[in-house]
Amino acid sequence: MIRPKPNDRLIRLSLLTVALTAITVLAVITIFIFEQGLPVMVKYGLKNFLFGQDWYPSEKSFGLLPMIVGSLLVTLGALLIGVPLGLASAIFLTEFSSRRLSRLLKPVFELLAGIPSVVYGFLGLMFLVPFIRENLGGPGLSVLAASIILGIMILPTIISISIDSIRAVPDSYREGSIALGATKWQTVRMVVLPAARSGLVAGIILGMGRAIGETMAVIMVAGNAADLPASWLAPVRTLTSNIALEMAYASGEHRQALFATGVVLFVIIMILNFLANLAARKQSGR
Amino acid sequence: MTEENKEMSEIIAHQNIIEVRSLSVFYGQFQALKDVNIDIQARKITALIGPSGCGKSTFLRTLNRMNDLIEGVRTEGWVIFDGKNIFDEDTDLLELRRRIGMVFQRPNPFPLSIFDNVTYGLRVHGQTDRALMEERLVHSLQAVNLWDELKDRLEANALCLTGEQQQRLCIARVLALGPEVVLMDEPCSALDPTATARIEDLMYQLKQKYTIIIVTHNMQQAARVSDFTGYFLLGELVEFGQTGQIFTSPRDRRTEDYITGRFG
Repeated sequence: MIRPKPNDRLIRLSLLTVALTAITVLAVITIFIFEQGLPVMVKYGLKNFLFGQDWYPSEKSFGLLPMIVGSLLVTLGALLIGVPLGLASAIFLTEFSSRRLSRLLKPVFELLAGIPSVVYGFLGLMFLVPFIRENLGGPGLSVLAASIILGIMILPTIISISIDSIRAVPDSYREGSIALGATKWQTVRMVVLPAARSGLVAGIILGMGRAIGETMAVIMVAGNAADLPASWLAPVRTLTSNIALEMAYASGEHRQALFATGVVLFVIIMILNFLANLAARKQSGR
Repeated sequence: MTEENKEMSEIIAHQNIIEVRSLSVFYGQFQALKDVNIDIQARKITALIGPSGCGKSTFLRTLNRMNDLIEGVRTEGWVIFDGKNIFDEDTDLLELRRRIGMVFQRPNPFPLSIFDNVTYGLRVHGQTDRALMEERLVHSLQAVNLWDELKDRLEANALCLTGEQQQRLCIARVLALGPEVVLMDEPCSALDPTATARIEDLMYQLKQKYTIIIVTHNMQQAARVSDFTGYFLLGELVEFGQTGQIFTSPRDRRTEDYITGRFG
């Protein structure tokens, strides 16, 4: 039977249309956020927005610094917890565990990604927050609690992408290294990880994106005070929390200021992605 | 050199560096090597020929115990290197692989700088003396005729080199560790004929100082470079002897069939 040849041109055109639609939607959202957020930033001054320490929307004081610092702190904390744990798990599962164990455990880690964030937040509120309050002091709702919860939440992303990029390293590198008398661990540290570096960085970037964008779980354990946190045990409010907490009743310039918060978040994520990509490219030495 | 000394060095030169006795290797149920006996002479080139899947590479990878990495592998027999069976429990595998280096079929330089590639072995064996590393680097790159080409770009990534340069670099990486034996698993199969000829020249130079065992599919290559040749068929070492004898008057009918091209 002779099947009719698909019309390549038609297929190309329809795929192009779909792709353009997706890009257009993205562009429209971006434009909308900036259109809503920028005027109020201009009116009250960019400097006041970015470096003002007081967030009193009813008094037209829109200082976002506590939230910017809050977002960066909990993201940093999440990475400090999630990256070592995630990389260690990925290295163990790819290089040191039996194939059977690895095949068993990888889906388990991926299942962690499917748990809704509100459940993480609830668990944090029930167990982690009281634990911190009783053992370390402070109100328990804190930078530390948010960092730990986020650190756990980004684990599946980091583990699963790290596993893929470590597996993508050709076995010939490992053989070459072992044949020169290197131990397994030396091989991993000196050859496999450097060879997998760009993939590992990509995993960390995605994890970072998830941490900085997470809202629900953070609101539940972070305490949400719009002040610069004095320590890891002090409550904190992130940029995303700021929007979610106040959007229900905000109107007028207050509502625009929340969009401005979105603009700041957008720009921060862009800068972080750019820096991480730059670092990955530089270090891979090519 | 006095007569006695000369005789002495002759004896040393003809010493067996590796003696293999009753070596059998199994992958699960499959027997890849059957009762192999062979003596490898020091500072000679020994070529192993035979059709694909007949145990040549398995044999080679047994000598530095790289086969240990394969799941379900079982080994019987003895490989005596420097008076000791390498399968003894107290064998220091890392030291064994330092003394018996290996060059692979496809050039496999690490995605690191040229400097880091050549000094890799030294670093994993705990060497931190930068001056010594640089000295070894120069020597081993000179030994593989790469020094003049690469001395100005030691920090460049090794993956930017040509296939032939990469394979030379892989040989240099082994030489930097000061091995006694160099195992080569079809080192030229990924190279073009001119590059192959130059690598063969290199082997000829290297045999002044090192014992070389090479697995090759290319019978002309075996005839050109080697002093001794072994013919493997279905896991068995059918015939082993001086290369000239194997190629001109093989004793076994199967060897004759293979080298005359009637089989394989």
